[in-house]
Amino acid sequence: MIDITQEIIGSSLRIATPLALAALGELVTEKSGVLNLGVEGIMYGSAFVGIATAAHTGSLTTGLIAALVTGAAAGLIFAFLTVTLGVNQHVAGLGLTLFMISFSNSANRIMFTSDGGQVRVDPWRPIDFGGPIFSQYWITYATFLFIVPLTWWLMRRSGLGLKIRAVGENPEAADVAGIDVTKTRYTAILIGSIYMAAGGAFITLAFVGSFTINIINGRGWVALALVIFGRWKIGRLLAGAALFSLINAGQLQLRLLPSFSNVPFEILLALPYLAVIIGLAVSGRNIPYPGAYLKPYKRH
Amino acid sequence: MNSQEGAGVVIHGTAPSIFLRNISKAFGETIALSDVSLDLRVGEVHALLGENGAGKTTLMKILYGLTQPDTGLIEAGGVALTINSPRDARAAGIGMVTQHFSLVKNMTVVENIALASANTFSLDLASVRKEINAASAKFGLEVSPDAVISSLPVALQQRVEILKALMSGCRYLILDEPTAVLGPQDIDSLLEVIKKLRSESGIGIVLISHKMAEIEQVADRVSVLRRGKVVSNSKVSGMSSQELIGLMMGNDEVAVAQRRPTQQLFGDPILALKGISVTTESGELNEVSFDVRSGEIVGVAGVSGNGQAELVRVLSGTLALDKGSVVIEGNTLGQTTPQSLMRAGVGMLGEDRHASAVHALQVMENLVLDCIDNFATKFQLKQKEILEHCESAITQFEIKTTPKQPLGTLSGGNMQKVLLARLFSRKPKVAIISQPTRGLDVMATRYVRSLIMQASTEGTAVLLVSEDLDEVLELADRVAVMYRGAIIGIVDGSTATRETLGQLMAGIKQ
Repeated sequence: MIDITQEIIGSSLRIATPLALAALGELVTEKSGVLNLGVEGIMYGSAFVGIATAAHTGSLTTGLIAALVTGAAAGLIFAFLTVTLGVNQHVAGLGLTLFMISFSNSANRIMFTSDGGQVRVDPWRPIDFGGPIFSQYWITYATFLFIVPLTWWLMRRSGLGLKIRAVGENPEAADVAGIDVTKTRYTAILIGSIYMAAGGAFITLAFVGSFTINIINGRGWVALALVIFGRWKIGRLLAGAALFSLINAGQLQLRLLPSFSNVPFEILLALPYLAVIIGLAVSGRNIPYPGAYLKPYKRH
Repeated sequence: MNSQEGAGVVIHGTAPSIFLRNISKAFGETIALSDVSLDLRVGEVHALLGENGAGKTTLMKILYGLTQPDTGLIEAGGVALTINSPRDARAAGIGMVTQHFSLVKNMTVVENIALASANTFSLDLASVRKEINAASAKFGLEVSPDAVISSLPVALQQRVEILKALMSGCRYLILDEPTAVLGPQDIDSLLEVIKKLRSESGIGIVLISHKMAEIEQVADRVSVLRRGKVVSNSKVSGMSSQELIGLMMGNDEVAVAQRRPTQQLFGDPILALKGISVTTESGELNEVSFDVRSGEIVGVAGVSGNGQAELVRVLSGTLALDKGSVVIEGNTLGQTTPQSLMRAGVGMLGEDRHASAVHALQVMENLVLDCIDNFATKFQLKQKEILEHCESAITQFEIKTTPKQPLGTLSGGNMQKVLLARLFSRKPKVAIISQPTRGLDVMATRYVRSLIMQASTEGTAVLLVSEDLDEVLELADRVAVMYRGAIIGIVDGSTATRETLGQLMAGIKQ
């Protein structure tokens, strides 16, 4: 039993890694008043570019860097559309997602699967500090030991974080106080997109080691839900990610139990998503959206 | 004052028909109305005059059932009316056209009017169309019933709103600043409609406005509201526009201090405006030029909507100039931005304190919002210094708060003190201060004014834009009066009186 518990915890940390990265990225973005629905697409595109580059160069690190650059580029396009042009954020985000997914799928077909093959790399291996819980990928360690505190510190303790929160709540007031609203929102979107890209790259370069169609499998959408569930607070967001991942890891273990062999695995597979829906329904009232959520800023 | 006398007389002298008695209403700590009584009569145009925030709209929203009074009652014919919703109000014969129209934009005129009376199951658009045509002819309000609302100009949308109210059978019609959204020609035709409704259909009309000219043209009686109280109620024919402006903008009750002694020696001009012209949808500035010297308070007075808001926006860097330039200490700034003005030493207190405050952020965070970089190393905020800065501001400016409280939870007066603390702790060379005491109680008002005086004594050049004449008379060394986007005159503060300023504000040059 202890083994199973440890297995579940260890596995949920792996599952939570890309979710936490993407959700933190979305949180930074949304705190500046911008909703980035491109998260699923950015994860998808970065997952593909990451592994394609790694396969090409033989270097996982180069692959990761390429993935992060892809995320940054996608973020820049998104920022240009939503901040500079003031395009509807839903449209721009969904458009970005559709584009990134289709682009990756096409490129994947042309480059790798036209002869029935699949792009594969020898992925990063878990680093074992003893026991199933402490046998994790370096990105998982980095996420929870470094990125999480860094993000908290960025939002609560740095000048940039204060600027991001100010432009997300009241851009007019920030502008009159001398804060460059456009620059601050670009920065937040860029940081957020790079986080999302890291989440995507983790899946192909560490977790799976290959690229298949639909590899992100809705993780980006779950990340969006986590931000709302977490009420834009990092602690609550992580609690949500942990809950989702635990249920997910739990159902993976349940599938292996003989007594569950007659239950269709799709039902178990749906459990974590059911939890998301219930979680959102429970926590979804009186949501403290950032004051300028979804509103482009223009001086009159 | 003469055009309507003949027409109105017929129905004049009718007994008052609706009484509002001792109405009071507060929103949190802001008192919107205090013990207001008013009577409305059929066949009479009753103007409600007052500055922004005086309580006109709140009073009429109470009458129309959009909000409930804390105390007080509404009576008709000796019977108390219960008005809990606009539906109740319409049943009592009261209709209202609010500033934001309540029309469904993607529907036609017929559909919109049918909505007001629609049954659950049957929908007889043909008969509604007939009724509309009959009513348009009767009231002289021509509309095309099948036009889609969004395709109509604002003036016609307003006409549909009026028609909708009249067709619900109202005998009293409240018009909330109806001319604010109209061009000059549409204003004239609306005023004609108002006269006609009064004299031919005997409708009692409440006209909320702060434009003297239209009140003189159509109103029979005028009640002046100031800071939530009725300060005057009289026939229009007995009042001059200067008197009305004086009543609307000042009374002695809140004049809290002696006029400050004018300093004889001002420094050099710090802020100079040179021929500034801008045009926006809401108003314009026309060749505005003046300067403010070190240690001087220049007041800008005027009836609201004569360019003051645009002037403040130019000086906050959020409105692009068509012509002219802003000069600070001899340096010409050309096109201004908030950043360039701040670098030049201009500080700003905006008219709407909620627009310059980030409610969700803490008091201490708001206090450093305009100088984050001074309170941060390359990597992080200097939390301790920010806290100390905030604590000393709380002591110095007597703010009732703790540093970590979200700003949005503070009362209006304390929020204003936070914003003033932010402004003055930067030691600005120029302070642009707009409507600093609007909505504040007497104590807070007095304190805010003393802060402004102190800053000027310390050498800051202060530009004070205020619709409160007492405030301007109390603080300003010179008063620039704005009329239709231009400076119509600059008067020495020590010799200015409410009468001389009132004349200028009405557009009359000596």
